[in-house]
Amino acid sequence: MRYLPLTGAEREEMKKVIGISDVSELFSCLPTGECRRAPDRLPPALSEPDLIAAFREIARKNTASGLLSFLGAGAYDHFIPEVVSYLSAKGEFLTPYTPYQPEVSQGSLQAIFEYQTMMAMLTGLDVANASLYDGATAAAEAVLLAVRRSGRRRVLLSSSLHPEYAAVVRTYAQNLDIELPTVAVDVASGRVDSSDLRAKLDDSAAAFVFQSPNFLGIVEDGRALGAIVHERKAYSAQVVAEAMALPFLVPPGENGIDIAVGEAQSFGLPLGFGGPYLGFMAAREEFMRQLPGRLVGQTRDLDGRRGYVLTLSTREQHIKREKATSNICSNQAWCALRAGMYLAVMGQAGLARAARSCHLNAAYFAKEAAGLPGVRVVYPRNFFNEVLLEVRRGSAADLARALQEKGILAGVPLSWFDPGKEDRLLLAFSETHNRAAVDRLLAAIGDAS
Amino acid sequence: MNTLPSLIFERSRDGKIGCGLNDANVPAEAALDRELLRPPIADFPQVSEVEVVRHYMALARLNYSVDAGFYPLGSCTMKYNPKVNEKIATLEELQAHPYAPHDLVQGNLEIITRLEEWLVELTGMAGFTLAPAAGAHGEFAGMLIIRRCLQERGDPRKIVLIPDSAHGTNPASAHFAGYEARQIPSNARGILGRKELRAHLGPDVAALMMTNPNTLGIFESDIAAIAEDLHANGSLLYMDGANFNALMGVVRPGELGVDVMHLNLHKTFSTPHGGGGPGSGPVGVAAPLLPYLPVPRVLREGERLKVVYDDPRSIGRVKNFYGHFLVMVRALAYLMALGREHVARVAEDAVLNANYLRKRLEGLLELPYQAPTLHEVVFSDQGLPVKTLDIAKRLLDYGCHPFTVYFPLIVHGAMMIEPTETESKETLDEFVGVMETILGEARDNPDLLRQAPTRTPVRRLDETLAARRPLLRWRRGEDH
Amino acid sequence: MAQENLLFSKDHEWVRRENGTVVVGVTDYAQHELGDVVFVDLPAVGKELKKGDPAANIESVKAVSDIYAPVSGKVTAVNEKLGSTPELVNQEPYGQGWVFTMSLASESELDELMDLKAYEEYLKGIAGE
Repeated sequence: MRYLPLTGAEREEMKKVIGISDVSELFSCLPTGECRRAPDRLPPALSEPDLIAAFREIARKNTASGLLSFLGAGAYDHFIPEVVSYLSAKGEFLTPYTPYQPEVSQGSLQAIFEYQTMMAMLTGLDVANASLYDGATAAAEAVLLAVRRSGRRRVLLSSSLHPEYAAVVRTYAQNLDIELPTVAVDVASGRVDSSDLRAKLDDSAAAFVFQSPNFLGIVEDGRALGAIVHERKAYSAQVVAEAMALPFLVPPGENGIDIAVGEAQSFGLPLGFGGPYLGFMAAREEFMRQLPGRLVGQTRDLDGRRGYVLTLSTREQHIKREKATSNICSNQAWCALRAGMYLAVMGQAGLARAARSCHLNAAYFAKEAAGLPGVRVVYPRNFFNEVLLEVRRGSAADLARALQEKGILAGVPLSWFDPGKEDRLLLAFSETHNRAAVDRLLAAIGDAS
Repeated sequence: MNTLPSLIFERSRDGKIGCGLNDANVPAEAALDRELLRPPIADFPQVSEVEVVRHYMALARLNYSVDAGFYPLGSCTMKYNPKVNEKIATLEELQAHPYAPHDLVQGNLEIITRLEEWLVELTGMAGFTLAPAAGAHGEFAGMLIIRRCLQERGDPRKIVLIPDSAHGTNPASAHFAGYEARQIPSNARGILGRKELRAHLGPDVAALMMTNPNTLGIFESDIAAIAEDLHANGSLLYMDGANFNALMGVVRPGELGVDVMHLNLHKTFSTPHGGGGPGSGPVGVAAPLLPYLPVPRVLREGERLKVVYDDPRSIGRVKNFYGHFLVMVRALAYLMALGREHVARVAEDAVLNANYLRKRLEGLLELPYQAPTLHEVVFSDQGLPVKTLDIAKRLLDYGCHPFTVYFPLIVHGAMMIEPTETESKETLDEFVGVMETILGEARDNPDLLRQAPTRTPVRRLDETLAARRPLLRWRRGEDH
Repeated sequence: MAQENLLFSKDHEWVRRENGTVVVGVTDYAQHELGDVVFVDLPAVGKELKKGDPAANIESVKAVSDIYAPVSGKVTAVNEKLGSTPELVNQEPYGQGWVFTMSLASESELDELMDLKAYEEYLKGIAGE
């Protein structure tokens, strides 16, 4: 077998050194009987070409590629510069473990330090951690962080938080005696209903967690929300499911928000059917020693040279065990490395250009779709790159199916998450689209509705 | 003298472009209130494409990796990561959007289902979820499953027992599921005995979390009896399968009374560690616990695969979308390459390699537990003129990655060595040779070890400075 | 700082009476066991503590330990200097490295602490284990 280098003769030699005649003797501490049955229901080994062929065969059952897609809702199709794929595939980045031996891991450590810096710049906050699993678990960690820091056990969630994020937050909190009331959305603006927020934000609230751009695509008035929350001495946490909005919009930190968490898949990670993606967390300095997950810090070596190490480890499970800030150990290091590469090559100007294209493509669609008879653009302004459509006849899923026939994945029908919203279709636009693509979409919607 | 590359921010020069995108060509203007928009981000990198490549190539040269050489990091299973799996994981047709209609992604759903079926056959558990993102995330999901099951029986109970040799993630995971973690001692044989367990069993005990083989590399041979005692007490048995590489294809934990277990695809199933992640931590359960698995569930329905999102008895959702799909792809490719012929051979060679190293090093280092070991072996620095850390750092000078140091905590100056099955006998012999040299140096010139490493890109780093004056990001003009 | 005037707890805190309050720190033995102190998590001023309650956290690179309230009372002040220079705990455990002061709820609790001689005996006992 090509992954197993020992030869028969070597195995014999090694057995002799150990003092056994059969390898089974090394397993004599195991129970016997049916539990030891050979796994003979499994298929036989495949050669390398047969293995590739087998996966091509499976892949043929996927028929979504090649379609013109406007799917988003937490996973976004952005262009990935070739250097990101080329560099991140190098074994030096792909095959080390966590950098516990910093003398031979400066490459990974410096790359993560740069990533932390860029995420802090993008969010306008002081510090960012080395990564969390994904946007949803990052939102859950933000809830736990606010509870830990405040000593209060009530966290308000905006009802325009991504439904899967809200579900994960509830899973995480289910046994920790944390109350999670929701704050309503003002239907007219698509933004958080600030009077409902004021009403529910009492002295027992640890934090208010809201998403912006929210799940309806709308950019919240972060400054106003931050101010309301701070009046009550609670913390504000902004969830960002589409990180491409960060270089385009006033960042959380500049709006006075305390914690920013979310999903950075947009920074150089393929859609990959949902993972692995990249959860991020950034916060003001006062949270530094309460953050979950790994942190890379700068230091000096014995000769005074600049270097990097994993630091503030006392927060983590391997030291504090059950008192740790989180149980996270493995994180998304390689995804964070890719995001760092992506951000570096896109750079200040490229990132702004990509983000602006996302918005302009969405804006063009919203403007033109307003003239189509069968649909209504629910919020014609203040979105970033997602536009919510109301389908006047039939359901959004019907419209999506009709467009699928024409080779277009028109968007995510919100009935995926809420059966009561069957007339709503959420469309996402990115820099991978252009005028021709949006025109094709508009024409197809016009024909179908 | 500074051999390290500049930071990307220090390479940055105003006006440099690395991005190859055009401006949008749609006739539209921004449809946002002006005050929501952000000016260019100060100090954000401005670097050309070629400089980005040089920057990361310079960083790559500073890393040690499995592709570079021997990496016997105990409990981490640093086996070779097959290259064909990378090609397969980047096949264009697999990169669908997670909300693409199910009829367009039957191939991806097939991959999820097939991997679950492989894991079921290898472990003897009744079903798996592939949603958890990593081992610790799997532990957390597993603890939630146990809690939900006990809740339905009427009492979630309060305590989870954890042997003193466990990974730190175990007590942390139990805690976040609402349990109090209680440590119990292992016995002189280095395992958890029935007697120690019984002394701690009571009506409040929800479960025992047991790593098997444990972190000493010893098989918990009382496992079946322990499962009986737990079940008689109304408690459940959780098995941490981080070390499943020793057992794959050899024994099925599901048939030893294990109720819940997790696996690490980034350990046993060869998916690359990526410098600390992404991992994937599938959780398997016994039949009575199937209803509690997290959503979504991918299920066969005749020829088609369907996805179930809502299940009132499920613990709920633990992760966005389906989990780390592209990690699952690599793991399935690995298993399909091995086939039924070689899965057990992986465990056998891993255990053979570890026992060969144990035998060769036994005369050089103190072996605190004499019990037979499987895939890894733990030595102690007792009786040596230097500390474990010094030996580890000297190994770096000889171009070898050190073993896991100071873990498990029950061994003084622990050196935990796991060679894995993908190392040749020549590599093991070279490692023994290097260890002999280093231990000779330790006797003759211990300062050489205390000063080590000296041949690495940087020398020992000041962790105290890093923690006392944390600098977690670059800022113009800021330094220690 | 003269250690003769201090009282000691079994958890290696020291206590000094000062104008109706007590100053609390960790002993030289404790700072030595911890190694390089990198952070001290100070209690909130005004916090009510019962004798034996965890009052503060003291961290080295790879370990964390609690500082317990050696007597009952209310926290009246904390050593803000430890925020930027936690190494004072290592350098001057009985002086500039003090951790917090607290009011004294009950005189009699002081009697339960050790004087220097008794503490030194106690340390010998630990070393002999």
